[in-house]
Amino acid sequence: MAGLRFDLRDIPPEAAALRAELRAFLAEAGKHWSPMVRAYSWMGFDRDFSREVGKRGWIGMTWPKAYGGGERTALERYVVLEEMLAVGAPVGAHWIGDRQSGPLILRLGTEEQRREFLPRIVSGDLAFAIGLSEPDSGSDLASLRTRAEKVPGGWRINGRKVWTTNAHRCDFMIALLRTSPAPDPKLKHQGLSQFLVDCRASGITIRPILDLVGEEGFNEITFDDVFVPDSLLVGREGNGWEQATAELAFERAGPERYLSSLPLLTAALDDLRAELAAPETVGRLLARAGTLRQMSLAVAGMLQDGKTPAREAALVKDVGNDYEQALPDTLRELMEAGRTPPEVQEMQRIMTMVARSYSLRGGTREILRGIIARQLGLR
Amino acid sequence: MSDTDDLRTILLEQVERLLADQAGPDLLRANEAGTWPEALWAEAEALGLPTALAPEDKGGAGLGWGDAVAVWHVLGRHASPIPLGESMAAAALLAAGGIAPRAGLLGLAVGREPVAWGRRAVAVVMVSGSAVLLQPGPATRQGKAPYSREPADHAAPGVPGAEGSLPEGFGPDAALLAGALLNAARIAGALEAVLDMTVEYANTRKQFGRPIGGFQAVQQLLARCAGEVAAAGVAVAHAGRAADRHGLASAEFEIASAKIVAGEAAGTCAAIAHQVHAAIGFTDDHPLHLFTRRMWEWRDGHGAERVWARRIGEAALKRGGDSLWADLTAR
Repeated sequence: MAGLRFDLRDIPPEAAALRAELRAFLAEAGKHWSPMVRAYSWMGFDRDFSREVGKRGWIGMTWPKAYGGGERTALERYVVLEEMLAVGAPVGAHWIGDRQSGPLILRLGTEEQRREFLPRIVSGDLAFAIGLSEPDSGSDLASLRTRAEKVPGGWRINGRKVWTTNAHRCDFMIALLRTSPAPDPKLKHQGLSQFLVDCRASGITIRPILDLVGEEGFNEITFDDVFVPDSLLVGREGNGWEQATAELAFERAGPERYLSSLPLLTAALDDLRAELAAPETVGRLLARAGTLRQMSLAVAGMLQDGKTPAREAALVKDVGNDYEQALPDTLRELMEAGRTPPEVQEMQRIMTMVARSYSLRGGTREILRGIIARQLGLR
Repeated sequence: MSDTDDLRTILLEQVERLLADQAGPDLLRANEAGTWPEALWAEAEALGLPTALAPEDKGGAGLGWGDAVAVWHVLGRHASPIPLGESMAAAALLAAGGIAPRAGLLGLAVGREPVAWGRRAVAVVMVSGSAVLLQPGPATRQGKAPYSREPADHAAPGVPGAEGSLPEGFGPDAALLAGALLNAARIAGALEAVLDMTVEYANTRKQFGRPIGGFQAVQQLLARCAGEVAAAGVAVAHAGRAADRHGLASAEFEIASAKIVAGEAAGTCAAIAHQVHAAIGFTDDHPLHLFTRRMWEWRDGHGAERVWARRIGEAALKRGGDSLWADLTAR
């Protein structure tokens, strides 16, 4: 099918011990996580938890030891990711750094940037935010207008970023900014560059935005003459679009694109168990979960081989988002007041609300399907 | 690449070439009219395909279920113009029971379901408990499969000509599991053909002065279809691998999952393909229905989605939430 391949991959047998270690750790750490914490999972933020995870060597696992990494395989890292998500661990304080900011710095950063940032991501001390969307640039990301102007010794930033998850709690963001005007509206992908920006730099105002659940999850960030030194430009000036696109491939490639509502499925299974209720619905959900896991593993395997599975990742994200988003409504039909425990109902209600974000974050369903359609050869 | 991988690649190229040369809408229409595709079957036999799953000391090529799934996928991409998949599965069961498969079409009897092209079979194979039975002669009560309209016949009750004992890993549902794996794999292949056909049509058919594939409404539908096609392909490959590793019986979860996911994809993608093709795809003249009718046939055959879903759903409910993730990751 149009050059898309999903080769089955195995988790290496030596990861079994790692998995057991994770399960023991998470069982203990997760004793008191509320339904709200589990429902937010990788959008949740718990710095102490992230430091504990870092202490065990589970952040930056595949990175070189010289930068604090573990030089483990991508599939071992995959085990850590899926175990965290399966229980809805609040991994947001290290998730972005581990998933995309760190790998970007590792690939394209200067030696100085690598030494400065990577070890602190690994320890769970440095939390990253994603600086892409703007008030007038969502799906049409390349139309973004926040500018970085060249000044002696660095750059001066003016403009606004928005929907930046946990920016008010983060230390740094990697921002995609316009460093030279597009020569032509059709060439708006040119003239963009990426910068490491200190979230506490002078001139930055971060205003948390309440989400529909009532949580302060995301933010609006205003840049008012914010100075960034030359040393914090990431990669090549003007190459930001290509870099950000590759970064998005990392962002879309993980198991968080189908597992977001798994904690609810686990809880629901216990609820339905006594009456062996709705086996057919449960069976369909499990068949999809097992299949999505194999698709997701295939993508992880491609990452391990040093490939950039952008198209495959878009496809898995699309199928996975449909799955994790439909799950709360599907399970709602099976729950019954009187039998279903209140905390399971609570998680179901929170996830009904949170699930709206699943097909928005990391690229909307419609944008992803546009990417897939082009890959199919539709013009 | 290992030797087995090489063997599989060579085999798949042979099957693909054979079908590309000889199969096609005319042959499929002839099948539906009851004309046995003699020449194509003879070539498949000459390549040793029907007995390929039997071990070498039983006259086969010693291929596994994963290889079989890959062959069946190619068959499905050509709308399975010969009952090769059934014959391969039947030969595998026979050989597992210690009986060397004979030449000619072997019918696969699963429960009370009809046998594809049973009227042309030299013998019909069935599983009862831990025994595999061979009933010589064709299945004579002739019928037609409801969607594909291909010959689907029932065997009259008879005396088994041979009986073998299946090894432990097969279980009492071995024929059903093999049949489900076959149908899921064929659906996955047919889905690819249907997607390709529909993309091609969308890029060719013009309305409002441009190809309809340029409209976002159409693109969104086809992208959704592509996701389902990919899911079915992965589910099927995973099931074949699991059957090789754990035996048919212990691969029930994966085979059931493949049948469910492929069956759901068949429904979704057939609907999308027909929507995009519009009126021309609703005609008898256009070949789209030769594929979509077979996908509807195969999703019902050897256990529809709901049947398999109930099975694995009940098993999971009995084990409870604590086992869910552990079970999923143990696969």
